[in-house]
Amino acid sequence: MDYNWNWGVLFTDPYLDWLVMGVQWTFAVALTAWVLALIVGILVGVGRTLPSRPIAFICTAYVELFRNVPLLVQMFLWYFVMPELVPDDMGRWIKRDMPNPEYVTAVIALGLYTASRVAEQVRAGISAVGQGLTNASYANGFSVAQTYRYILLPISFRLIVPPMTSEFLTIFKNSSLALTIGLLELTAQSQQIAEYTFNGFEAYTAATVIYVCIALLATIIMQVAERYTRIPGYMGSR
Amino acid sequence: MSDFDFAVIANNLPFLMEGLQLSLWLTFLAMMGGIVLGTLLALMRLSGILPLSLFAATYVNLIRSVPLILVIFWFYFLVPLALGRPIGNFYSALIAFTLFEAAYFSEIIRAGIQSVRKGQAQAGQASGLNYWQIQRYIVLPQAFRNMIPILVTQGIILFQDTSLVFVVSLRDFMTVSSIVARTEGRLVEMYIFAAIVYFVICFAGSLFVRRLQKAKTA
Amino acid sequence: MKHLTKFLAITTTVAAFGSAAVAQDITQGRLAAIAERGSIVLGHRESSVPFAYLDENQTPVGYSIDLCMAVVDAVEETLGKELEVQFVPVTPQTRIALMANGTIDLECGSTTNNLTRQEQVEYLPITFITGTKILTRADSGINGIDDLAGKRIGLAQGTTNERAILREMEARGLDIDILPVRDHAEGMLALETDRVDAYSTDHILLHGLVAKSRTPEAFAVVGDFLSYDPYALMVPRNESDFELVGKRALADLFRSGEINEIYERWFGPLGVEQSDMLRTAFQLNALPQ
Repeated sequence: MDYNWNWGVLFTDPYLDWLVMGVQWTFAVALTAWVLALIVGILVGVGRTLPSRPIAFICTAYVELFRNVPLLVQMFLWYFVMPELVPDDMGRWIKRDMPNPEYVTAVIALGLYTASRVAEQVRAGISAVGQGLTNASYANGFSVAQTYRYILLPISFRLIVPPMTSEFLTIFKNSSLALTIGLLELTAQSQQIAEYTFNGFEAYTAATVIYVCIALLATIIMQVAERYTRIPGYMGSR
Repeated sequence: MSDFDFAVIANNLPFLMEGLQLSLWLTFLAMMGGIVLGTLLALMRLSGILPLSLFAATYVNLIRSVPLILVIFWFYFLVPLALGRPIGNFYSALIAFTLFEAAYFSEIIRAGIQSVRKGQAQAGQASGLNYWQIQRYIVLPQAFRNMIPILVTQGIILFQDTSLVFVVSLRDFMTVSSIVARTEGRLVEMYIFAAIVYFVICFAGSLFVRRLQKAKTA
Repeated sequence: MKHLTKFLAITTTVAAFGSAAVAQDITQGRLAAIAERGSIVLGHRESSVPFAYLDENQTPVGYSIDLCMAVVDAVEETLGKELEVQFVPVTPQTRIALMANGTIDLECGSTTNNLTRQEQVEYLPITFITGTKILTRADSGINGIDDLAGKRIGLAQGTTNERAILREMEARGLDIDILPVRDHAEGMLALETDRVDAYSTDHILLHGLVAKSRTPEAFAVVGDFLSYDPYALMVPRNESDFELVGKRALADLFRSGEINEIYERWFGPLGVEQSDMLRTAFQLNALPQ
C-alpha cells in the first residue's frame, strides 16, 4: 500500500481547530435535538395510550409518518421544501434572517424524527406498567390526568431508562446527517481534513475515536441514571 | 415555485425506477450478508471462547458507536487504498452496509438464540451432538423463527439507511431523486415524491411485520 | 529477472509492430490493470457545464468527456482491445481521493492543475484556462467581493475557488458568511432559492450554470478574477506509461486542429471563444510525434 502516514497532521493548525469545532457542533445538534425529542416524544407517546380516540390516532399517525421516511429525506424536506411551502416572507426569513438556518433545521429534523422513536419507548413503558394498576387507579376514583400523573408516568419513566440509552446514543450518530445540508459537524470536518491533507486514514480514525468516546461517555452516564431509577421487583431490575 | 409540476416525475420515471432498483438490491444483498455475518458474530459472542467472544463484542460495540456516514466514507475512500485495487462504488457501499448492519443483526440474533430454552441445547448435547451441530440443527432454526419479525424490521431500517449513499453520489433512489430535483429545479415535488415512495414501502413493510407477529402469537 | 522479462516484452512488442505508438509498457502498472479488467473507469462531474454534466438522459456529456473519450480511444489502440467505459460520479471533495485510491483511471471534469494536488495525482496538458469569479442576482447590487461583506456566499467544498475566496477574505479583512455545498448544482440551487447572496466558482462554470438555469437574465457574473485556474484531465500519479498515452492523444487533437471542433461544440453555444492564452496553450502542447 502506497500511503504517507502522518498522524501529526491532526494536531497542526488549523486541523485541530476544525476537529474541535466539529465536536462542538455535533454536541450542539445532538443535545438540542434530544431535548426536543424528549418533549415531543413523551407527549406523543402518552397521547397514543390516552382513551381519546382522535388523539391516539393523531399520535399514532405521527409515529408512523416519522418512522417510515428516512431521516435524510426528512432533513431535505425541512431544509429545501418547507421554506417554499410557507408564505414568501416567512420562507425568506427562514432561509436568510433566521440565525444559523442549517443548525436550526438539523435540530428540528433530528428532534422530530427521534421523537417518534422516543414515543414508541414511552408507549411501551406505559403499557408495561400493566392494565391492573391502571384499573386500580380508576377504581380509586383517580381521573385520567391523576392516573398518569401519579401512577403511569412515574413508573414507566423509570422503566424506559435502559432503552432510552440507545436512543440517546443514536441521536449523536444521526447528527452526522446534518452534513448533507452544510453543517460542518464532526464527520464533515474529518472529511474536510481528509480532503485538504490527503490523510484520510488519520482523519477518519480521529473521528471514529471521538465517536467511540462519546458512546462510552453516554453509556456511563446512562448506567448511573439506570442505577438510580431502577425499580426493585420490576422486570429488568436485578 | 408555488405552482406544482408533478409531470416532472412521469418524465423521469425510468431514471427514478433505476435508482429504486439499486436501493432495493443494495438492501437485499446487505441484509443477506448482514444476517450471515451477524449470525457468525452472535455465535462467536456466545461461544464461550474468550478471544472469539471478545473480538465479536469489540466489533459490535465499535460499529454501533460510529455513524453510518462515517463508515461509508471509510470504505468508499480507504478500502481501494488498502486492497491496492478499485472495487467499484456499488461494492464498496455494499461492503460498508454489510459490515455495519452485521453488528445490528448480531445483537438481534444473539437475543434470538438466548430466547431458545436451555433445555433444547441440553437435549442436543445428551444426544451426542457437538456445539456447531446443536447450533445448526436445534438452536438456530428455532431462533430464526422467533426473530423473523425483528429481522424484517431491521431490514426496513436498512432500506432507509441505504439513502445515505447519497453522500458518495452512488445512484440509489435518494440520489437520483435529488439529481432530478436539481436539474429540473423541482425540489418541492421531487422530495415530497421521494418521501411518499419511502413511506409507502416502509409502511407496507411494517404492516407485514405486524401480521407476522399476530401469526406468531395466534 | 523480472526486469529482463519486462525488457524482452517491450523489445518484442516494439519489434512486432515496429511503431513508436505502442512503445508504452503495457505489462504492468495502470495500463496492465485496465487491460486485465477490460474496462476503464472515468470519474466525471455532474454539474460542471460545459465540461462534464448530465444531459436529459442523465448521462455525462461535455468538453472534458469528449477529450476523455479521445484518451480512451488511444488506450484501446495501445492495448489492442476494446474497453468497456464505466462512469463514476465525483464531486470536488471526492475526486482527488478516488484518483489517489485507484477507483478511477481518468477524471473528466473541471479540475484545476495545481502543485499541491500534484503531490497526490498527475495531470495531462492544460485543456482550459479560467479563474474564480462571483455569481449573484442581477439586481443584488453586488459588483465584487468587497460588496459581500456581511452577506452570505455559497462555496463548493474542496474547490480551488473556496480557497481563493477564503484567501481574499483574509487579505481584505472581509466578514462573509459561508454556506458549504457539495457541488456547483447545489451552490446554484442555494442562490436560486435565495439561501445565499452569491455563489463562487470558476468564471466559465458560472456562465455554464447561468446558461442552464431557467432564468438566465436574473443572474450576473461580477468582479475581477480572483485566481488563475488552468484545467486539465487528471490521471494517477507515478503511471508514466498511462500518462504518455493520454498526452499523445491530446497532442494529436491539438496538432490536427480537431480540438477546435470539440471546443466549438461545447463552448460555441455559450458564446465563449478561445482566449489567446488557451490557443497558445494548445499550440505549446501540440508536441510532434
